[in-house]
Amino acid sequence: MTSGVAAMSTGSSNGAGRARDAIDDRGVAPWRRYAYNSTVMGDSVMSGSQWTRRDVARGLGFGVASAAAATWPGGARAAEAKSITVLNWQGYGTDLAAGVQHFKSATGIEVKHDYYNSEPEMLTKLRTNPGAYDVVLVNSARDAQAKADELIDPVDLGKLPNAAGLAPAFKTNPNIVIDGQTYGVPWVWGMNAIAVRTGKGFKVDSYAVFEEAAFAGRGALFDDAVTEIAVAALMLGQNINDPKDMKAIAARLKSFKRDVKLVWSSEDEWNKAFAAGAFDVSVFWSGAVTRAVNLHQQPVTFVVPKEGAVGWLDNFCIPATSTGKAAGLQFIDYMVSPQFYAEWAKSGAPASANAAAMAALPESDLNRQIHKPEYLDKLQFMGALPEDRRQAFNDLWEEVKAFYAQS
Amino acid sequence: MSAPSTPEGRRARPSIASPEGRRARPAIATAALLLPAYAWLLVAVFLPLGAMLFFSFLKTNPFGSKAPLVFTGAHYLAFVTRPYLVDVAITSLRLGFWTTGICAAIGLPTALAIARATRGRVRQTVFLLAILPFWTNGLVRIFSWTMLLRQGGILDDLVHLVLPGVGSVGLLYSFPAIVVGLVHAYLPYMILTCYLAVAGIDDALIDAARSLGARLPTVFATVILPLALPGLVSGSILIFVPVIGSFMEPRILGGRIGVTMGTVIEDQFTQAYNWPLGSALSFTMLGIVLAIFALFSSVLRGRLAP
Repeated sequence: MTSGVAAMSTGSSNGAGRARDAIDDRGVAPWRRYAYNSTVMGDSVMSGSQWTRRDVARGLGFGVASAAAATWPGGARAAEAKSITVLNWQGYGTDLAAGVQHFKSATGIEVKHDYYNSEPEMLTKLRTNPGAYDVVLVNSARDAQAKADELIDPVDLGKLPNAAGLAPAFKTNPNIVIDGQTYGVPWVWGMNAIAVRTGKGFKVDSYAVFEEAAFAGRGALFDDAVTEIAVAALMLGQNINDPKDMKAIAARLKSFKRDVKLVWSSEDEWNKAFAAGAFDVSVFWSGAVTRAVNLHQQPVTFVVPKEGAVGWLDNFCIPATSTGKAAGLQFIDYMVSPQFYAEWAKSGAPASANAAAMAALPESDLNRQIHKPEYLDKLQFMGALPEDRRQAFNDLWEEVKAFYAQS
Repeated sequence: MSAPSTPEGRRARPSIASPEGRRARPAIATAALLLPAYAWLLVAVFLPLGAMLFFSFLKTNPFGSKAPLVFTGAHYLAFVTRPYLVDVAITSLRLGFWTTGICAAIGLPTALAIARATRGRVRQTVFLLAILPFWTNGLVRIFSWTMLLRQGGILDDLVHLVLPGVGSVGLLYSFPAIVVGLVHAYLPYMILTCYLAVAGIDDALIDAARSLGARLPTVFATVILPLALPGLVSGSILIFVPVIGSFMEPRILGGRIGVTMGTVIEDQFTQAYNWPLGSALSFTMLGIVLAIFALFSSVLRGRLAP
């Protein structure tokens, strides 16, 4: 059952982040977080969504892509405007060999890469290597921080022909539009909501399913403070990034106790337990549901309930110190194009923020079926969290877990 | 644990040298022999522990921020400010007592059997089988238990094979499942320490007891058990301490139930990035463990005297 993912992960070669994924897929739930967080240390808050995306990206034949990027001939000597450097997670779309080659043949611009293994590392690299990067992939929750540190420039979406297809929910996302100016080009996105076992006639349209007697001992939650507090905040109509009534959130989460069988912490753990029939409903990642169905043939579907879902969005930014901003924008435009997305989707890409790119997928594509455009209005996006609030989230979640564990 | 009386004799041996040399050389030799161990202890135990102790008095994580360090003892009040931790700690202690108790109940008879009823190749084989868990990866062990214990798993199938018609047996994600995993992991410690204690019992003692009319239960209770006690105690210490700090077994086998001090501390380091709180909780647990040992050692002191 897990062989598919395991085989994929072996392709995701170097870098701490990738090593983490490889370990994790052999079923090492708790340890993954060591490997991962040791690179994060202080202030990453959106671990859940990062995993999703990088887990998705794992399937992309990195071996080829990264080898191509690493051995790019004569890159350093190339003329300034004829080569750009992209800062991204390894194996996350921009270094797809076919894409890099197509872009070079179309524009004559070579694409080189540098990689980061955590979001703080990305910010550090931008700070300490001025002028080194022309395009950087940023989790939109980090845009405000990058902007505050004057690391990124505003972007005029009107100059990018392919940005026309971007859904308004992304273009005007509060993570991206800061002080009336747009700082990123939305690229790919995903959701955290409910995975439901199919074939048993379950009708689920609310997170209140975790309070229903019919699902006693049949539920699973994600062991992530930010996600679970967001779920309760959605139920209570609060802002997921700044909930006003933490007491109500704690009470709501505690009311799940009867139904919660498992608090899972890795996709692999989830897959194993779900395959063994340990639970029927779970807080889960949209991209992971497509993998559970496509790679593991699990009877599962993804539901965005009436309260909405937790969204994440990755966007491209132009580093303020870039020396090839025009070429960088050209590359970003290609990255958001339906042509590139079609190429990437062959090997399992996350959902594109470009409606035109999603529409170009076959009707039967699960990614397209799950990431419906109408869901966009029901999403609250994970945003930046100040240190004390993050700590409060973690304390609350720890308390709720201890409550679940009481006999 | 009691040292044989040979060191004095050994030390006297190089007596050909001058009286000063006689003293100095063994001292140097002893120091040289101890150096690797103490150097290792210093580097591998005290430095990290010292760093953790330092962290435990910081207000927030020192990484990635330029703010000056702020010191506080507040994290040591975690059990007061976060009352739910008391329940968590009790769960951990219950795990510790159950696991240690079951290990003792299984380990001592096993050690007795190996020491007194086997010899030669049979003994080697049985011994090997007993310590086999040591040679398997911990996570492999735990995940194989998930396959055994879960509803519709191997154990469930076996039960139905023998007793068709019984309800389904699913132990996974329960307290007993965690104990099963922990006992499997730590039983070899108990067998080894008990074996060392039991193997040293002189057959003549047992023969004497039997010849004085003692039945087997009496022999066990009055001769074997007291003599095996040092093994039981050291085995219990070796097991109890890691068990109450364990986090893999509770997390994977415990499901919703699996919240222990180990997982809470792990979360502080890996999810919440609150190293100071994690360190303070670790040292608090260390204090609790030492207090428990102090309690037990005063009870056992009289019996353990060599």
